[in-house]
Amino acid sequence: MSRTISIEPVTRIEGHARITLQLADTGEVEDAKFHLTQFRGFEKFCEGRPYREMPALTARTCGICPVSHLLASNKACDDLLAVTIPPTAEKLRRIMNLAQLLQSHALSFFHLSSPDLLLGWDSDPAQRNIFGVMRADPQLAKNGIRLRQIGQTIIETLGGKKIHPTWVVPGGVNEPLTAEKRDAMLAMLPEALTIAKDTYAFYKTLVPKFQDEASHFGTMKTLFLSLVSPDGHLEHCNGYLRIKDAEGRIVEDMVPPGEYPRLIGEAVEDFSYMKFPYYKPLGYPKGIYRVGPLARLNNADACGTPYADVALAEFHTLQEDSGPIASSFHYHYARLVEIIYAIESMQRLLKAPSILDTRVRARARGNKSEGIGVSEAPRGTLMHHYKIDDEGLITWVNLIIATGHNNLAMNRSIKQVADAYVDGTDVKEGMLNRVEAVIRCYDPCLSCASHAFGQMPMVVEIANAAGEVVRRIARG
Amino acid sequence: MPLPVPQTNVRVVTLKVDGQDYSAREDETIIEVCRENKIPIPSLCWMDGLSVVGACRLCVVEIAGSPRLQAACATRVREGMVVQTNTDKLQRYRRTIVELLFAERNHICSVCVSNGHCELQWLAQTCGVDHVRMPYRNAGYSVDSSHEMFRVDHNRCVLCTRCVRVCDEIEGAHTWDVMGRGSGCQVVTDLAKPWGDSESCTSCGKCVQVCPTGALVKQGTSVGEMVKDQTFLSILARRRSHR
Repeated sequence: MSRTISIEPVTRIEGHARITLQLADTGEVEDAKFHLTQFRGFEKFCEGRPYREMPALTARTCGICPVSHLLASNKACDDLLAVTIPPTAEKLRRIMNLAQLLQSHALSFFHLSSPDLLLGWDSDPAQRNIFGVMRADPQLAKNGIRLRQIGQTIIETLGGKKIHPTWVVPGGVNEPLTAEKRDAMLAMLPEALTIAKDTYAFYKTLVPKFQDEASHFGTMKTLFLSLVSPDGHLEHCNGYLRIKDAEGRIVEDMVPPGEYPRLIGEAVEDFSYMKFPYYKPLGYPKGIYRVGPLARLNNADACGTPYADVALAEFHTLQEDSGPIASSFHYHYARLVEIIYAIESMQRLLKAPSILDTRVRARARGNKSEGIGVSEAPRGTLMHHYKIDDEGLITWVNLIIATGHNNLAMNRSIKQVADAYVDGTDVKEGMLNRVEAVIRCYDPCLSCASHAFGQMPMVVEIANAAGEVVRRIARG
Repeated sequence: MPLPVPQTNVRVVTLKVDGQDYSAREDETIIEVCRENKIPIPSLCWMDGLSVVGACRLCVVEIAGSPRLQAACATRVREGMVVQTNTDKLQRYRRTIVELLFAERNHICSVCVSNGHCELQWLAQTCGVDHVRMPYRNAGYSVDSSHEMFRVDHNRCVLCTRCVRVCDEIEGAHTWDVMGRGSGCQVVTDLAKPWGDSESCTSCGKCVQVCPTGALVKQGTSVGEMVKDQTFLSILARRRSHR
């Protein structure tokens, strides 16, 4: 008798999702699906609004990474204005984006994933949360909270608000940086770097324990998509699109972000509200690719900052062959490398004398009918694409959110984990936690709303072919 | 009520507001006395320098001996008048009025160019509107961005008609007027032409400055950037009256 296991909601992720595992009569996993269960409709209800509202409107898709949307949206608006923003504004935006990367990665690693890594996949679900981490390793939890606070404080210092700042505007930013604010931000960064390096060193000692997970948590051959700088380095703000294949060959390089429609198609499946982007030349679903920290580090020739480059070199030793790192489990590792990079880069940018330049905004009106803005959000490449009418009102919107790029990979990953760990004849909570944990590797931002972890109940229902629930496992 | 014509010989009356004695010129309205004496009464359609329409009813007060509430902007002071400006009943009425304004059109503060500089937003805070108890209408209204310098977003309009009055009474262009009835009512330029096609508009921007919300704004402003300057109005109104 075939059965279905439904994990709903998936916990310690950002947003609402459900996982269903279809079991065969023998108890083996026949199919696994990751469902995004909510619909929001941003692309539709933004139509008719003035394009200058778009940065604030689209930033509301997310409470964790509003800065990413703010940046991609403003870049699309810059494109509509047909302006080159002042160099200082570009640097200031870059700092805010790096601060966002820092706080979001800290949230993902410390608050959401460290309970699994530190306490174990099979530990008591009641303890397997940030409070459990606080009890088991108070300093680690404290460091995580402090690191996130530093990222958020930098965003607030620049933009006036931790969440949904409006300081980034089409054409640049609306206020130059003062020396006092710069000094306040610089004063926090040495502590952040110490925490980041300590955590990285600690995590390196944990990695050998997770050999098994590393080989089953989304270990697969896919393409990798990310932005890279003109010299091929790690890039989160501007730059060009690069796609590498599973063997490390560069398939597409130095593609201007405005040409993304040539590379990316979006497929639709009836079991999820999330679209399934794919690499067009390979078709769907063969054109599966991954984005995010793992893809960025796989694609970048170097980070360009001292400690991060050392960490990048160590990252590439995680697997024996010389190709891109294939396991999605190593998203965690990549996140820590990027945290170091973000802190070092912010230090470098803030120390440049030109950062206090007061020319930070280019003013213009809509000079093009179509604008595309691409940036790297913490979870991956974020694309905003708008069309406007002659009056500057939005007529069409396409948003490809980082988590969407990873949709195919996430679905394939849960199947792989379920195959490896879920025994349909005796379903244990720890097995299902591994299925959830592989999703956490991608740090998906589903509803783009933050939820308190550990408070959402997870209910697993095992139903028979007639739809009757034969077993129910509940937690929370 | 038309714009007041200054008179030279007016009597002074005494009245009681919230238990305090005040003196005032007999040609003054209650709201003017309250503003002079820093007694807070919320208002939306009333504006110093413009004629009075008494439309928003936010400035309603209780007057001893009167069976119903009176708009402070449209009621002249009288000798011996006893006025209450902030009773529980008034607070309840005002909060309901503000809630109805929010429910009627789409006032999405977080993405509005007037966020942080909006009179409706301040009123909501003053009147304790922490949520809206009636269902939102969610009706879609148009945005007219055809003018080179300004934009009108009818989603944010509260129909205070300040724009209509300032354009007529101060600028003298009478570009703005009101069209339709009930919830279909909206301000229009030149008999409902797109603003950019208006032949009467002088592009002076007075309507934008007096608009209490993000309905009339400057082009090129992003969220929270539309800060309005209304100090010009009382100065211009005073100079007009002296001509």
